[in-house]
Amino acid sequence: MSVSAQAEPASRAFPIGEPILELDSISLRFGGVKAITDVSFDVREHEIRAIIGPNGAGKSSMLNVINGLYTPQEGNITFRGQRIDNMTPAKAASLGISRTFQNIALFKRMSVLDNIMAGRTLFSHATFLEVAFQLPRARREERQNREKAEEIIEFLEIEHIRKTTVSQLPYGLQKRVELGRALAAEPQVLLLDEPMAGMNVEEKQDMCRFVLDVNDHYGTTFVLIEHDMGVVMDISDRVVVLDYGKTIGDGTPDEVRNNQDVIDAYLGVAH
Amino acid sequence: MYYRQAGQFYTTYSQDSRIIPVREDRWIIYVVVLAGFCLVPFFASDYWLSGILIPWLALSLVALGQNILMGYTGQLSLGSAGFMAAGAFACYNIELRIEWMPFFGSLILSGIIAAMIGIVFGLPSLRVRGLYLMVATLASQFFIIWVIDKFGWFKNYDSSGIITAQDIVIFGKSFTTPAEEYLVCLFVCAVMTVIALNMVRGSVGRNWMAVRDMDVAAEVMGISLLKTKLQAFAISSFYCGVGGALFAFAFLKSMEPVAFDILLSFRILFMVIIGGLGTIIGCYLGAGFILLMPVFLNIFFHAVFGQAVDATLTSALEQVIFGVMIILFMIYQPLGMARILEIMQERLRKWPFKI
Repeated sequence: MSVSAQAEPASRAFPIGEPILELDSISLRFGGVKAITDVSFDVREHEIRAIIGPNGAGKSSMLNVINGLYTPQEGNITFRGQRIDNMTPAKAASLGISRTFQNIALFKRMSVLDNIMAGRTLFSHATFLEVAFQLPRARREERQNREKAEEIIEFLEIEHIRKTTVSQLPYGLQKRVELGRALAAEPQVLLLDEPMAGMNVEEKQDMCRFVLDVNDHYGTTFVLIEHDMGVVMDISDRVVVLDYGKTIGDGTPDEVRNNQDVIDAYLGVAH
Repeated sequence: MYYRQAGQFYTTYSQDSRIIPVREDRWIIYVVVLAGFCLVPFFASDYWLSGILIPWLALSLVALGQNILMGYTGQLSLGSAGFMAAGAFACYNIELRIEWMPFFGSLILSGIIAAMIGIVFGLPSLRVRGLYLMVATLASQFFIIWVIDKFGWFKNYDSSGIITAQDIVIFGKSFTTPAEEYLVCLFVCAVMTVIALNMVRGSVGRNWMAVRDMDVAAEVMGISLLKTKLQAFAISSFYCGVGGALFAFAFLKSMEPVAFDILLSFRILFMVIIGGLGTIIGCYLGAGFILLMPVFLNIFFHAVFGQAVDATLTSALEQVIFGVMIILFMIYQPLGMARILEIMQERLRKWPFKI
């Protein structure tokens, strides 16, 4: 993959800043199953942070912890220096943490436009009565949200399918629409759970381009889970490696690539 | 060809998201509604008005409420007749006990009372879903009817247990003839349909549909499941309550709580499913189908067989044919009558270039 954000770090519109999200010794258990054990890492503002690891390493669980779908038994989450106890999806959304899902979680029977508009929930304050009677605030918000939604649609090059029902779209486009819906919330941190799974090379290239463009254009911080090492090494600034729910490596793509523990986890090791 | 969409350009987002974006469609609706207000009251017979059109409008409104809950928010419910009863008896008691209350005030208040009851019975939706929720909402059906039956106050201690709805009086004028009652029903339906259309095309409707399609993602987007589900229950019950009050005041006239039994709930459920889940027009089409088809079959059988065949046999046959029609409908068009309408519009757009 030829796209690269790392080549000239100095030229970034939004240089990497202070840690925006800090995870401190997170442990998550489901009954006796230890999904995550004492994992700590931080995410700096405007960076693209990848989480990699073999299947069942606890990567998706980690994202679910970050945006409050799972509550860890131990550990703290700190967002912009502020400790967040009892993270819930609603709290995460209001803090500006948005996400996409591993198996697409779009609103299947709604149009692309409606899906993206639904992502603007945090910017809709009109009550149902205002909407029912089309009072000025409801109309104004609808127009403003539509303008933002159209901006995203243009950005992601999906103008032609705006009014199409999502369930009729091919997989690659659905992934793109899901990114659009997450972007509609104007997130500070965007969690992507395997955004390129099941895509062909061209679709992956498109998706990489969108991630980098969003990062460059809006300064969005990304936390992404990905299995395609080429993609990970190319677009991410720092990588954290999980295996069996533990951190086995953390650093720049080059550091991680040469980390013996990581090589052992991926290639296996003679016992 | 009939539709000339070419040349209709939208230059603002509000034009693009109008209730009916295509000009031709809009004119059809205007003409139909205008005819409904100006022509039907003068030309339709009293039997048609009070026997068919009034219950059709009232039940369409209830179906609309059921559709908001089931079709848009994805919460299966089987208590619509219970909320109709709540609305009907609330309206009766408000008219009875608050002298100065205008009829529309009573109507809105009875809707609000039904909505509050709806919120209470919507609480299980936060824990259970699907068929289990349907069984939980069944409780509302039985409980509301039982309460009205049990406590004489709701029926003004009438010894027969049957209440007689007051006359509809608006601005000092009583609306008592079928044509007048029909106009009241049509007005309420028109207003509440526009309101429903505004909600479903706006942020409210998007939240409902988001909860229906993928509740985890909806939550992650910042949509509160609690608020959205209870809101849907409340608004749905409001529509059921107002529909029930109209049903009672314009159609039944005198009623007992048993009139709102589970069979009525089932009929409303069928109206929504046959009309089309998640469509507004489908409520009217579905209610029309369920109400009119037996009438048409009856007329048809009378015309064909006359007195030659025993009446009990023909009525049994009508039931069988009606049942078969529903089954065939579900097999060939599971998305309902609204979808058929959509397909027809699509065909008309291309006719005669493509058939």
